[in-house]
Amino acid sequence: MASAFRRGSEALLDPSTEPRPPCVSKRPSRAMLNLHRVYEQNRQRVQQNLKDGVKVPEPIAVPQAKGKPRLLLMGQRRSGKSSISSVVFHKLPPNETLFLESTARIQKDSLNSFMEFQVWDFPGQIDVFDNPAFPFDMDAIFGEIGALIWVIDAQDDYLEAVARLNATILHLQRSYQHINIEVFIHKVDGLSDDYKLDIQRDITIRIQDELSDQGVENAPVNFHLTSIYNHSIFEAFSKVIQKLIPRLGQLEAILTNLCRTCRFEKAYLFDVNTKIYIATDSTPEDMASYEICSDYVDVIIDFTEVYGSWQRTPEWRKRLEGPPWEQKLEDQVACEWAESGMVLADAQRPIMLREVDRFLALVAIMKEGSYEKMPQINMNVDVVVKGLTEFFEITKSKMTPTAVPGGVTAVGGNGVMNGHGMVGDGR
Amino acid sequence: MADYDQPTMGASTAAAAAHAQLKKVKKQKVLLMGKSGSGKSSMRSIIFSNYLARDTRRLGATIDIDLSHVKFLGNLTLNLWDCGGQEAFMENYLSQQRAHVFSNVGVLIYVFDIESRDVDRDLATYVNIISALVQYSREAKVFVLIHKMDLIQPMTREDVFDRRVALVRRKTAEAVAIVRKQKPEVSGVGGGLPGPGGGGGAMMAGSLPSPELSTPIPDLEVEMQLFATSIWDQSLYKAWASIIHDLVPNLSVIETQLASLGVAIDADEILLFERTSFLVVSKWTSPEGESNPYGDRFERMSNILKAWKHTCSKYTGTPRNAEQFSDFEYKMGANFSMFVTKFTTNTYILVCMPPGEARFNSAKLNVAAARPWFRFLDGPMIAPTAGIGSSQMLSGLAAAGGEVA
Repeated sequence: MASAFRRGSEALLDPSTEPRPPCVSKRPSRAMLNLHRVYEQNRQRVQQNLKDGVKVPEPIAVPQAKGKPRLLLMGQRRSGKSSISSVVFHKLPPNETLFLESTARIQKDSLNSFMEFQVWDFPGQIDVFDNPAFPFDMDAIFGEIGALIWVIDAQDDYLEAVARLNATILHLQRSYQHINIEVFIHKVDGLSDDYKLDIQRDITIRIQDELSDQGVENAPVNFHLTSIYNHSIFEAFSKVIQKLIPRLGQLEAILTNLCRTCRFEKAYLFDVNTKIYIATDSTPEDMASYEICSDYVDVIIDFTEVYGSWQRTPEWRKRLEGPPWEQKLEDQVACEWAESGMVLADAQRPIMLREVDRFLALVAIMKEGSYEKMPQINMNVDVVVKGLTEFFEITKSKMTPTAVPGGVTAVGGNGVMNGHGMVGDGR
Repeated sequence: MADYDQPTMGASTAAAAAHAQLKKVKKQKVLLMGKSGSGKSSMRSIIFSNYLARDTRRLGATIDIDLSHVKFLGNLTLNLWDCGGQEAFMENYLSQQRAHVFSNVGVLIYVFDIESRDVDRDLATYVNIISALVQYSREAKVFVLIHKMDLIQPMTREDVFDRRVALVRRKTAEAVAIVRKQKPEVSGVGGGLPGPGGGGGAMMAGSLPSPELSTPIPDLEVEMQLFATSIWDQSLYKAWASIIHDLVPNLSVIETQLASLGVAIDADEILLFERTSFLVVSKWTSPEGESNPYGDRFERMSNILKAWKHTCSKYTGTPRNAEQFSDFEYKMGANFSMFVTKFTTNTYILVCMPPGEARFNSAKLNVAAARPWFRFLDGPMIAPTAGIGSSQMLSGLAAAGGEVA
């Protein structure tokens, strides 16, 4: 694990200084110590969660289940659960969600991305906990690690929804404490900013009061204001999913380091298919930069579709590999993945994008005037992309001994890279 | 247009005359007509004022005629007459303001609302408009847009459109036949008209053959094209790009230049966009690029780039019409490379090309080097000499390629 980081953090070149060859030092750097601290914090938090005192053999054992992390969408009927999952995971245009039928049974979707997810869409009329005729298997539903997303229609009377949510939280707190509870206060487009915040405050207070009456303190409940008609739903999902990523702190540390070294304003790691960002650097988040980065990903997808989707003829290739080039086409390009750069007309602020693997892309907003330093920035980004690839290679292997920090040497950088970098047009 | 190209491409004897003609900024009168609520002002706002489709809900009804001058490239100004479509106004155009509205028209854009209940009445108005048009501006081109196609189910769209096209064509022929019969009478009226409309007539002297108006020609025909459009997708850009395409002066010069640039930098495709509207002014495609399965890619690119421009303006907080980005590079591994960059003052250029760093960098240099040869897009110009650029650019390519590789 740490090896990926060291390469990611130490080999970064400061664009303002002379480029120096990447070196691997034996001495623990400040970045490493920092990471170690982040790691320790994570571990302590995890162990606190496992209050039952089960002895965990490995230090990083989050309640890791066999299956895929699961997102459960619940809430009153007509609150917008199916619309949310269609817009975010199936790219349905928001105005077409009007025609969605109401969900009659649990809709299970599997999402194949950088991590494999399951999205379960529950019909609103069914109460999972109070269904004597048809008792649900609680362990089958809540056994996996994941998040419960409770959708509340902000434009409707929400008292009943809040009451049901409270009952649900109490149930979960008893036996499934590891599940994050995310409350989406939904359909807030068209509400004034003041009104939105009032609603959020009201709901928060109602839930906390009820929970503390029942003696439950510090339940993992988070609130998000969302709407499918703007980027807010994607941002909320980003936050939800980030909590499920093992070792998110280290991912963020890579990006923070990149931003500091290359003087980026903001960097995002996007899941290209859903436009959810799975990590960003530590500077404060703002909606505007997320929007432009996410639209940038869209533009690139569109360009790729129009110009990259058809097979060129062999003659074309032959001509391009012939004189005066005399090189294979693959050797003529600097980067086998998609890369892109763009300069805004005001203040010459560039934005750059780099594909990391088949699912992920790194998008960063730079400071003005850094376009001239693109070559050096590209070198740094190369290193970071390599680090990220290894990171996911390791986290994907489900906490096998290689992932234990002690097993640094087990990660052969080149092997990982070669296995990965073959697909040129991965979208 | 034909009468502009020939002198510029031809021998130097005609150069002086051509020069004089090119210096004059060309103005084109464009009429935008159709029933009230059919979407005329909406499409105008989207194309020329960078509105988003959903923003057009805010627009109210147009009262009488909304006149605007749109500067398109350096040497073409569109006099856009957005004519309010309520019946009272329509009658007024056809009676009192007939000569004022319909004389010296370069292009008539007629918009039909596909959802309209009273098709017969729409068509009756259309026939009246067409008769008035051929009466006063026989040279005018007609573009019929069958609008709001998004409201028709995708499965039946083509059918509905085809049926409507047949109907409109028949009605147009009827209108022309009526005028043809009335010819002697009309020419009498027409002869008296250049008086009141004289102000407009003077500046249009080049394109309007006013003396011929009085001599009846039996084979009176209306040149028309029909498009299915919707503001919610790229079809609107397709229609407007072909409207603009016919109005741009020096078109064949642009096309030859673009082709020699394309060959020199080894591109697959080059698109030239106007700066504010992002309509495709001209394009060139290599034989290899022709096999691209996306036939609608030109209007798609307009649509994509315009949406992108809007995002940028939201981010930077600058006005919608301002320039938003100056350079956009994209390299898709060993698949293809492309860039969009500011070209001349009034245009952006998109180049799609084979992959390869050296090729890409030299293409960027060459596009920058080719700028002077397209300077005539920005304004009254010095007539370009035929066949320019290719030799210089080729040598430039070799130099740049060597340097980078």
